[in-house]
Amino acid sequence: MKLDRRDFLRLAALAPIGFSGMGRLARAAASPAARKLVVLVELRGGNDGLNTVVPFADPLYARFRPRLALDRERLVDLDTRVGLHPSLEKLGDIWFTGELAVVQGVGYPQANLSHFRSIEIWNTASASNEYLDAGWLGRAFARFPSPSQYAADGVVVGPGGMGPLAGGGRSIALNEPQEFVKNARLARDSAEPRNAALARILQVERNVAVAAQRLDGGASVTTEFPTTPFGRSAQVAAQLAAKDAGIAVVRVSLDGFDTHANQPAVHAALLRQLSDGIAALRSALIDIGRWQSSVVATYSEFGRRPRENQSGGTDHGTASSHFVLGGAVKGGLYGDHPALDRLDANGNLAFAVDFRAYYATFLERWWGMDSEAVLGRRFATLDFIPNLA
Amino acid sequence: MRDGASHRGCGILPGTMRAAAAAFLFFAVAAHAAPIGEDGARHLLNRTGFGATDAEVREFAPLEPAEAVDRLLAGTHAEASLAPPAFVDEAFVPFYKLRQMSPDDRREEQRKLVRQGVELRTWWLREMLTTSSPLTERMTLFWHGHFATSQRKVRLNQLMYRQNVLLRREALGSFATLLHEISKDPAMLVYLDNAGSRREAPNENFAREVMELFTLGEGHYGENDIKEAARAFTGWSLDRDTGRYVYRRAWHDDGEKTVLGRTGRFDGDDVLDVLLARPETAEFVAAKLWREFVSPAPDADEVKRWAAVFRDAHYEVKPLLRAMLTSDAFWAAENRGTLVKSPVDLVAGTMRAYGIRPMELRPAVLACAALGQNLFSPPNVKGWPGGDAWIDGATILGRKQFLERVFVGDEQKLALVYDATYQMK
Repeated sequence: MKLDRRDFLRLAALAPIGFSGMGRLARAAASPAARKLVVLVELRGGNDGLNTVVPFADPLYARFRPRLALDRERLVDLDTRVGLHPSLEKLGDIWFTGELAVVQGVGYPQANLSHFRSIEIWNTASASNEYLDAGWLGRAFARFPSPSQYAADGVVVGPGGMGPLAGGGRSIALNEPQEFVKNARLARDSAEPRNAALARILQVERNVAVAAQRLDGGASVTTEFPTTPFGRSAQVAAQLAAKDAGIAVVRVSLDGFDTHANQPAVHAALLRQLSDGIAALRSALIDIGRWQSSVVATYSEFGRRPRENQSGGTDHGTASSHFVLGGAVKGGLYGDHPALDRLDANGNLAFAVDFRAYYATFLERWWGMDSEAVLGRRFATLDFIPNLA
Repeated sequence: MRDGASHRGCGILPGTMRAAAAAFLFFAVAAHAAPIGEDGARHLLNRTGFGATDAEVREFAPLEPAEAVDRLLAGTHAEASLAPPAFVDEAFVPFYKLRQMSPDDRREEQRKLVRQGVELRTWWLREMLTTSSPLTERMTLFWHGHFATSQRKVRLNQLMYRQNVLLRREALGSFATLLHEISKDPAMLVYLDNAGSRREAPNENFAREVMELFTLGEGHYGENDIKEAARAFTGWSLDRDTGRYVYRRAWHDDGEKTVLGRTGRFDGDDVLDVLLARPETAEFVAAKLWREFVSPAPDADEVKRWAAVFRDAHYEVKPLLRAMLTSDAFWAAENRGTLVKSPVDLVAGTMRAYGIRPMELRPAVLACAALGQNLFSPPNVKGWPGGDAWIDGATILGRKQFLERVFVGDEQKLALVYDATYQMK
């Protein structure tokens, strides 16, 4: 099945305009290198990695989680030791197409257990004791701007600030493209930039106006999406990917992962939203011919503590598992299985993959940027994206 | 280093010295002796307050710079004019008791904290809108950003309120006193983890930030200074039930320490005095105030001059502000309209300047937060980055949408505030 689809897409990419009535597809494929999209999915609150990618074969898992351990029979096995939460059924289907990479143990040294500080560390790609103002993608696009005809470097869907896109490049925030286009009438070129700060304001206004103009109209996405909040965000991501003008990053988010109490039902519902939303996004990106030139990747401020707490939940942890999907992604398991026998003083996991190595993989292998210029030092990239030829 | 103790009372500057300093400064700026006019008044009041009203502009326009600045400085308060929310005197649930509560009770407690947090923010915003001394509130906000402490970590709104009272009391008082007291302030002790710092394992968080962010600035101390200073601050803690400062003698390391080349059996106050004795401290604060009041690019020589005034005045804030606000740099044409208004400035300033006083301030409080400046919750220990960082692809439209909502139906005012220069001061 996987080979069929991939072969089909390869064929489609080579086909002349009008092939099977998929003009958009061929057009999108015209300059694939210049239209590489990353859809970042932030799992807000700190997702419980151990009940997402479950180390069922480790006896410590069930021992640490008498109430929360998932029934082994219901998991989607990834290998003989770990399996996906039952709510992630559709991600499981994608796993078998070879388009899903599961990166285990993503974290950083001297983990900070505060939501606010830790997401700031993730957003800015700083060290644990370092404070950076600009987001890692803000720095990346300031240094390596997207082609000028792009609508924007990045688009944040929904509230919550610019996150990784803060502090550089051309990025905007919106809830829904048409609403944004309407609101952007407030942005106007009105003054001569007498000084640097005013010039900056005018530049941001111009970016907003340009993005609005380039995001106005265009093809619509007909794929059906779940009517959940995340389903709607994923639909907006697909609509943005369908625009003729390029966008390098779309950031969507799903909130509610801070499961200190009564975790099972809440977490199952969240993961179902995530999985169903991502599966719909994949279908849409395939329909519009963008699946080969897109990757979808999750991140979260931290994972959760291996030992469950007294309220049927889990407290703030450290390293966690993350998903990367895409037509060009090399599926499989990356990182290390969690070492439940080697917990730190807080009872938390050691990390296996520095989150900056995770980022460097997108910077270097997806966009061909010099990751050291963005991250301040070199991190070994991972193989879930094949090296650029 | 008991000689350090001589700095401790330096918050109180003898009246004669104050008069001498004032006289010196007055003559130093006598060259400006012409009325500041309406433009000058608007510049001064917008920079030192929130949105000057026409009446204030008319009042200040005929004054000479030094007169105008003296009038501002004479009108400051050490206390808020509005009564605080009732909850500030109520008992709170300490953290360790929260852990013993049922999940439902804990959720209820969480909701109460959110409610109180909004009340507290509303109270401060209303104070900004109604005070007769906007400068007092602007400086309180400045120190809040300088000694950044966030309710998101501290949790207890009562502690945040008490810190706010301290910040306002010394906002235009003594930086030295403020530094000593903020270091024992329970909200700060929680925020920078000193509350649990014991001699067996000193927590270096506060010791690092007090040097990097509160006094010297980066590059003027070594890692060893931090380690040694952290030992001196051990034992500065708080009572978990009352939330008041306590000194835990058993936790304190009373051995000898060496900080910035000075050695003694230092306690925390001694270390703070060592930091106050360094020239970098006054320069660091003066440069930050330049960026707050004058322009994004401090002039090194002028900052040194101000720092000297600050030190000569034993860290009294008013002589420093007087030197700054009467300086050529402050009034220079090229420095006008160069500062991006902070969200609080934009929201409170717009409401003040146009006399908009809704009964319900909650939407305005939430607007500040949505635009990136949630009072009592700066993003991290560095405070709000400010300047250009206020403006991005999310906030620019958010700022305009706020203004549109404020002036719904008033096309004339809307046209005025839509202009990009309205984001500046």
